[in-house]
Amino acid sequence: MPVDLYPGNRSSRLPLRMLGPEGEPLSRHYYSQETGDDLEDHEMVRGFEYENGKYVIVTDEELERLAPEQSRDIDLRKFVDLESIPPLYFDRSYFLAPSEGSEKVYKLLAETMAKSGLAGVATFVMRGKEYLVAIFPENGILRAETMRFKDELRTPKEVGLPDMKKVPAATVKKFENFIAKHSDKHLALKELKDQKAEELLKLVEKKRKQHKDVVKVEEPEERAQGKVVDLVEILKKKLAGKQKAA
Amino acid sequence: MAARAIWKGDLKMGSAKVPVKLYSAAQDQTVRFHILDKKSKTRVKQHMVDESGKEVPNEEIRKGFEVEPGTFVILDEPELGKLEPEASREIEITQFVAPKEIPPEYYDRPYYLGPDGDQSAYFALAQALRNKEKEGVAHWVMRKQRYAGALRAEDDHLVLFTLRNAEEVLSAKDLPRPAGRAPDKKELTMAKQLVGLLEGEFDPDEYKDEYRQRVMEFIKKKAKGHAPKLHLVKTKRKAASLDKVLSRSIETLRKEKKAA
Repeated sequence: MPVDLYPGNRSSRLPLRMLGPEGEPLSRHYYSQETGDDLEDHEMVRGFEYENGKYVIVTDEELERLAPEQSRDIDLRKFVDLESIPPLYFDRSYFLAPSEGSEKVYKLLAETMAKSGLAGVATFVMRGKEYLVAIFPENGILRAETMRFKDELRTPKEVGLPDMKKVPAATVKKFENFIAKHSDKHLALKELKDQKAEELLKLVEKKRKQHKDVVKVEEPEERAQGKVVDLVEILKKKLAGKQKAA
Repeated sequence: MAARAIWKGDLKMGSAKVPVKLYSAAQDQTVRFHILDKKSKTRVKQHMVDESGKEVPNEEIRKGFEVEPGTFVILDEPELGKLEPEASREIEITQFVAPKEIPPEYYDRPYYLGPDGDQSAYFALAQALRNKEKEGVAHWVMRKQRYAGALRAEDDHLVLFTLRNAEEVLSAKDLPRPAGRAPDKKELTMAKQLVGLLEGEFDPDEYKDEYRQRVMEFIKKKAKGHAPKLHLVKTKRKAASLDKVLSRSIETLRKEKKAA
């Protein structure tokens, strides 16, 4: 089933821009340690340090060609109970959108999984990395949660945690009572709000009203055009069937 | 060798305190590359430049929030410092919920907790969480950052996860439902059969990052000066009717099962 992947998390880090002394926006640039010259994209390569200071250059093309054909498709070979996967494995979240011609399979899979309450598990290679994912429906849309491979998790033994000791039943009971007393049916989303961002926005608004430290810079055309691509907008259009492959 | 704790704190539940140490549970195995200058094959450096391309030294850089395109409110270091939370060693547990109340997309980084001194309180809490099948919602301040998290028992031990902020998680409810016609009854029955045949237990041992191994082998060979020739892989995609794909898949799986 051909699908496209879109990020399901967005960075909440408030985008504080780096500015020059006069408030002019700055940008990050790479330069050579050898010559001190600024480098453009085509003047840089990707290298793996195999010995101190020695690098093997690996190109995009090589990474692409290293992936066997069958590894590029999401091949669902197993369906499991989503709740049986320990959260230790969960890494990042994505949404899948149907790619041209796969709308039918997509809808069928989403509906079937919603009815069975199961999640599909698969691996696939994309942009120079292999991903292990759990795919499950949410409101008719397929979410793909990338998971850590087993060797990307330490075991309690590797960390050096002590083995379980026998503990007094009364201590367990005491904690159980506390848990029972403070249990709620639902997670309160207010527990997950970004307090720092709210405080920062408040400060920004206050200073803006006082006209304190407000700078206006002329927006160069380049910057206005080079605005970050809004993947969420593309995903929305894609789901609604309004746009062809991005 | 045992790992080093990255932080120490006290789990606080009402008047009870359980002293714990924090250890990273995840170890990213992604093949790490460096960006190099193509000519000299040396690592590149970064600096900040203004629009004319002139470097601006670190001490002259200011931070600003863009309130509208081209308009910034500048925030200085003392102001940003005031927004930092007060340092604390407490991990406060505010409520307990069933694990399914915290969907996968909220889990961010996992940490093992180890007992710091008193082991009986630590193991008693792990056991109680397991018996009650609950996860604790935690709040703490670590390295000048405020965190919300989930405390849960993983077998005998405690694991603390950082959770993403609500604003960071995109909900499917904010997205349009996919277009296209709804599947018909026959297709649904076949798909149900297919999923049924593939139902099983999640077993992390089944999945290996084979691609990572291939990349590492290739790098080793290339370092020795004999990189294998790689061929372009053509992707062929045949469009087949949904009906046919489903019945073929079911057929193949049944044969595989019989053979096994």
